[in-house]
Amino acid sequence: MKESLGYKVFKVFNYSIITGFVFLCLYPFLQIIAESFSSESMIRGGHVNLIPRQFNTWTYQVMMSDPLFWINYRNTLVYTVVGVVISMILTTMAAYALSKKDLMGRGFFLFLFAFTMFFSGGLIPTFMLVRNFLGWANTIWAIVIPGAIGVFNILIMKTFFEALPKELEEAAIIDGCSQMGVFIKIILPLSKAVIATQVLFYAVGAWNAWFPALLYMQDRQLQPVAMYLRGLVMGANSLTTGAMAESGAGQQGVSQNVGAVAIILTSLPIISIYPFLQKYFVTGVTLGAVK
Amino acid sequence: MQASKKLSGMKIKDHDGNEVVIPKTSFGKKATKGFKQNWQIYSLLLLPLIWLIIFQYIPMAGNAIAFRRFAPGGSILGETFVGWHFFQMFWADTIFWRVFWNTVILGVGTLLWTFPMPIIFALLLNEIKSKKFKKVAQTLSYLPHFLSVVVVVGLIQQLTRTAGPINNLLYSLGFERIPFLMRAEWFRTVFITSRVWQTTGWGTILYLAALTNIDPTLYEAAMMDGANRWQQTLFITLPGIAPTVITLLILNVGWVLGVNFEQVLLLQDPLTFRTSDIIGTYLFRLGIEQANFSFATAVGLFQSLIGIFLLTITNLLSKKLTDTSLW
Repeated sequence: MKESLGYKVFKVFNYSIITGFVFLCLYPFLQIIAESFSSESMIRGGHVNLIPRQFNTWTYQVMMSDPLFWINYRNTLVYTVVGVVISMILTTMAAYALSKKDLMGRGFFLFLFAFTMFFSGGLIPTFMLVRNFLGWANTIWAIVIPGAIGVFNILIMKTFFEALPKELEEAAIIDGCSQMGVFIKIILPLSKAVIATQVLFYAVGAWNAWFPALLYMQDRQLQPVAMYLRGLVMGANSLTTGAMAESGAGQQGVSQNVGAVAIILTSLPIISIYPFLQKYFVTGVTLGAVK
Repeated sequence: MQASKKLSGMKIKDHDGNEVVIPKTSFGKKATKGFKQNWQIYSLLLLPLIWLIIFQYIPMAGNAIAFRRFAPGGSILGETFVGWHFFQMFWADTIFWRVFWNTVILGVGTLLWTFPMPIIFALLLNEIKSKKFKKVAQTLSYLPHFLSVVVVVGLIQQLTRTAGPINNLLYSLGFERIPFLMRAEWFRTVFITSRVWQTTGWGTILYLAALTNIDPTLYEAAMMDGANRWQQTLFITLPGIAPTVITLLILNVGWVLGVNFEQVLLLQDPLTFRTSDIIGTYLFRLGIEQANFSFATAVGLFQSLIGIFLLTITNLLSKKLTDTSLW
C-alpha cells in the first residue's frame, strides 16, 4: 500500500522520538561511567560530558582494595542466593497447591494471600515483630524471610500451572505416582521457563534491596553492598554529611568520582545479565496480567 | 465418584414409583474425604501459610498497638488501651496534614505522568516495522527498571548537582544554576521525572503484549473501508488495549498513596520537607527513628485504610462504567 506523505513524516518523527527517549534512558548511566574514569577536579568543574577527562582507574583500584566493600559485596551475594532459594521453595509450593481447582478451601486460601496485596501489616508492627519478638536484628533471617513471598509472583506461577495439560498428571497418578511425585517429577521439569522468570524477579529484588538492612542491620560488616553505596551517595545530603565525614567516606563532602565507581560496581552484574534474559521476564510480566 | 457427587440430593423414582432422595454427603464427610485425597497438596501449602500468618496477619493484628500505649520493655502489644487517642493526636497535628497533602499531591502527580507514558511509548513502538530496531529500543529502555533505588538516587544527585550536566546546560542557555535537591519547589518535578524515567520502558511490556493480541483482520477490514493510520489507532488499537489500561489504572489508583517511599526517603532533605515529606517518611521518622510506635502505627493504619477505600471506589466505578473490574 502506498504510504501517505503524512505517514512518512510521522515515521521520521517516530524514529527520532524513540531514539531520543532511549538515549535519555541510557544517558545518566553513560555519564556516570565517564565520571568513574575521570579525575575528581574535572568532575567538580563540570567538564565531564560522556567522555572521561584526565582518565584514571585509580579509584577502581582503591575501592576494590577496601575490605569492607568486598565483605558487603559478598553479603549481597549470600543474601541474594539464600533469599532466592527460600522464596522459590515457598512460592512454588503455594502456587502449585493454589492451582488445584478442586482443592477444598482453595478460594479461602487464595483470598488470604491476595488480601495482603492491598492491606498489609504496616511498617511498625512488622519491624517490632522481626526485631523485638523474633530477635532477628543483625541476622541474615531479617533480610531473607520477612519479604520471602511476593503474592504477585505466586499468582504468576499459579496461572502457569493452571495452563499445563491435566492429562499428564492423570496419567502419572494412574501409573501409581503420588501427588508429591507428580509435582516434583512432572510439573517442575515442565516449568523451567516460569521458574527462570521468578528467579530473575526475586534475584533483582534481593540484589537491589537496602531497606531491610537499614531497619535490621546495624553491624556494617553484615550490610549488603547497597548500604555501602547508600553511605557514599547520601554524603551529598545535608542530613547525613556529618555522619559521612565521621565514617571517613569522604573529606569535605563525598567524592563524586568514588560515588560513580561504587554505582558502576554494584549495578554491573544485573545490567550485564538482564538483556539476555528478556524472553523470561517478558513471559513473567505477561503471565501476571492473565487473571 | 464424579457421578455420585452430581446425583447427591437428587430425587429419583424407584421400581415401585416411590420418590427416593439420594442422600447428600455431609460437609464434614466431604471435608475429611477431600483432605485424605489431597493431603500431600495441603502439606505443600503448610509452610507458605505459616509464613503468611507470621509475616502478614500477625503484623496486621499488631496494628492493635495503634489503640494502645506502648511502654519500652512492656508487652509487644502495648500496656494500656487508649482508644482513638493516637488518631486524634495526628488529626490535630498540622504537620500530619501537611504530610498528608504532600502524599496526595506527589502520588496523584506521579500517577498522572507515569501512567500515560508507557501507553504512548508502546503505541509509538508498535508503529516501528524494523524488528531489530524495536527489540534494541525495548531492551535499552528497560535498563532503569533494573537499577536499585540507591543507584537511581545516586544518578539523580549526579545529574542535578550545581556543576552537573543539567545545570551546565541551564547555565549555557543563560539561566542561573539551581541546587535542585535543596529546593522544596523543585522536589516534585525531580521525583516525578525520575519515576517517569524508571517506569516508562518497563511499563510498555504489558501494552505491547496486548497490542500483539489484536486481531489483524480488524486492520485489514478498516483499510478496505478507507481508514487511515490515525483512524485505525483511534478505533481499533485503543479499544483493543482498553481492558489492560483500565485494569492497570484501578490497581495504580489503589496504590496511589503508596508513592515510592524508599525513593522519597533517600531523595529528601530537611530543606525540602515542605514538599518532600510524605506519610511514609513521616511515620518512618516517628516510628523507627524516634520509637513512637503507637503513633506511627496509627498513621500507617490510616494510610492503609485510605488505600483500600480508593481501590474499592475505583473498582466500583469501573464496573459501572466499563464492565472491567478486579473482583
